[in-house]
Amino acid sequence: MGFWTYAVRRLALMVLVIFGVTLITFLLTHVVPINPVLAYVGDHAPASVVAHMRQQLGLNAPLPVQYGIYIVNLLHGNLGISIANQLPVSYDLGLYLPATLELSSAAIVVAIVLGVVTGVLSAIFRDGWVDQVARILALSGVSLPVFFTALVLLGILYVHFGWLPGPGQLGPYTMPPPHITGMVVLDSLLSGDWPAFTDSLWHLVLPAFVLGWSSAGIIARMVRSSLLEVLGLDYIRTARAKGSPESRVILGHALRNALIPTITVIGLSYGSLLQGAVLTETIFAWPGIGRFATLSVTNVDVPAVLGVTLVAAVLYSVVNLIVDLLYAFLDPRISYV
Amino acid sequence: MAVSGLAIILFFIVLAVFAPLLTHWNPTATDLGIRLLPPSPKHWLGTDDLGMDVFSRIVFGARIDLESSLIVVLSAGTIGTLMGLFAGWLGGWWDEILMRITDMFLAFPSLILAMAISAILTPNLTNALIAISVTYWPIYARLARAQVLALRKLEFVEAARSIGLPQVGILFRHILPNAFTPLLVEGTLDMGSVLLIAAGLSFIGFGAQPPTPEWGLMIAQGQSFLMTQWWVSTVPAIAILLLVIGFNQLGDALRDMLDPRMRFRR
Repeated sequence: MGFWTYAVRRLALMVLVIFGVTLITFLLTHVVPINPVLAYVGDHAPASVVAHMRQQLGLNAPLPVQYGIYIVNLLHGNLGISIANQLPVSYDLGLYLPATLELSSAAIVVAIVLGVVTGVLSAIFRDGWVDQVARILALSGVSLPVFFTALVLLGILYVHFGWLPGPGQLGPYTMPPPHITGMVVLDSLLSGDWPAFTDSLWHLVLPAFVLGWSSAGIIARMVRSSLLEVLGLDYIRTARAKGSPESRVILGHALRNALIPTITVIGLSYGSLLQGAVLTETIFAWPGIGRFATLSVTNVDVPAVLGVTLVAAVLYSVVNLIVDLLYAFLDPRISYV
Repeated sequence: MAVSGLAIILFFIVLAVFAPLLTHWNPTATDLGIRLLPPSPKHWLGTDDLGMDVFSRIVFGARIDLESSLIVVLSAGTIGTLMGLFAGWLGGWWDEILMRITDMFLAFPSLILAMAISAILTPNLTNALIAISVTYWPIYARLARAQVLALRKLEFVEAARSIGLPQVGILFRHILPNAFTPLLVEGTLDMGSVLLIAAGLSFIGFGAQPPTPEWGLMIAQGQSFLMTQWWVSTVPAIAILLLVIGFNQLGDALRDMLDPRMRFRR
């Protein structure tokens, strides 16, 4: 099967999965022990108001019809109305999502850079002290609760030494840049607002590092093991035999092929990155969907929470689609049946 | 590696089992007269802001955290394995439908779906564990299915079928024992990741509720004193770190031992 046939099938699978995801979120709203009508109109509303609201929310229709309405609404970008502030959930998500995208993109960059560099170093200095230190760093990154790492680093680097700025995306005295994408670093760059750019970048360093470190370990282990495997292959022996310098053998010949299996790991770790973002955002007062979800769960705002859940699942699915396609594109040895 | 992992896990199991013998402090008894005391011979790991003994809470917390992970891994493992076994054995449409269902559940980041579920049910530890189980079973379903597909064509299975053994008997007596290794490795590694997710849910307030001595909740409780009374948050964090390292080490070691292909990679 060629690449394009595979790409179309993989895309179709993703559409099917997202369809299933909506089915799950839909069914979740129907096991809610809280009466959704009373959540909107209050506990003491007269019966006529309750009946009217029930009709308005479409709760009198049979379940399959309700699901149909839900899908049609979703396709129009309508994720329901928040119980807490009576605004469309899609509006709130539009406000909160860019901050999460900014944080998780920065974190994945940190994770890839840290992971690939330590992975390559531990493969070169296999079983030496560099490898041991890298192993410990990787293991503690994966095993430490990300919220504790965040608290400790914030306590030391901000509270104690004051080397890095505190929570939030910008300092209290920095004028926020004009709203273009909602991502503060990008917006300030696009509008040429230099002070806001440096300040927001500086604020991004710590949360991105905390979040990236937790995923870097898995990437480092994968780079190390696949690099060691590739280094044992014949073409590497040929490269060495013809006198290529070792740095060129590793960086030019071996790493390129060793990175291919790593791409899959990066895609899979995006899921743990998203859930790490929820925890990190609550500590860094980061106005992303994780913080929005936490607030919404506290307010028992079910439409808002399910909106976040849906968006996270779609985001994760799209990232893994890209990863799978990239993998198929980069590794011509693989044919898909 | 296996030995160190196992040693850490056994250490915490001993703490959990003998908790009442190891300390005479009640883990949930508050005494504002002794709040935020540093570690001392009387309070080995100090006290928290409500005057509860941290050592006693760690020891009794080992019960809660170990039990929580075990409940999730066992329930998700059982449900997932059953689904995977049947999908692989029945094949055809059954396989297609069951596997597409696992794809749907795999699309959710665990913590976020668990948050949604605990918002819908009320936030407490039981519901958090139900929620995490819902997000963990698909991995086992996939593993079990892959094993069945590999095993069902082997001679001993063919032989069992040809002498007319009942299908369910073949599945559980002949296929399951041979499919068990990857499931065991996954289960061991998941003990650690479930522990982190359960602690994370409790940290943001949607898991165990105060005054339960759950480690994630203890970290949350001490976060405002981290730079002054470090022991309140740091001790439970170290407990989580050690136990998760234990499960990761044991899981990796088991994989290396049981899957000879992997041994040469490291």
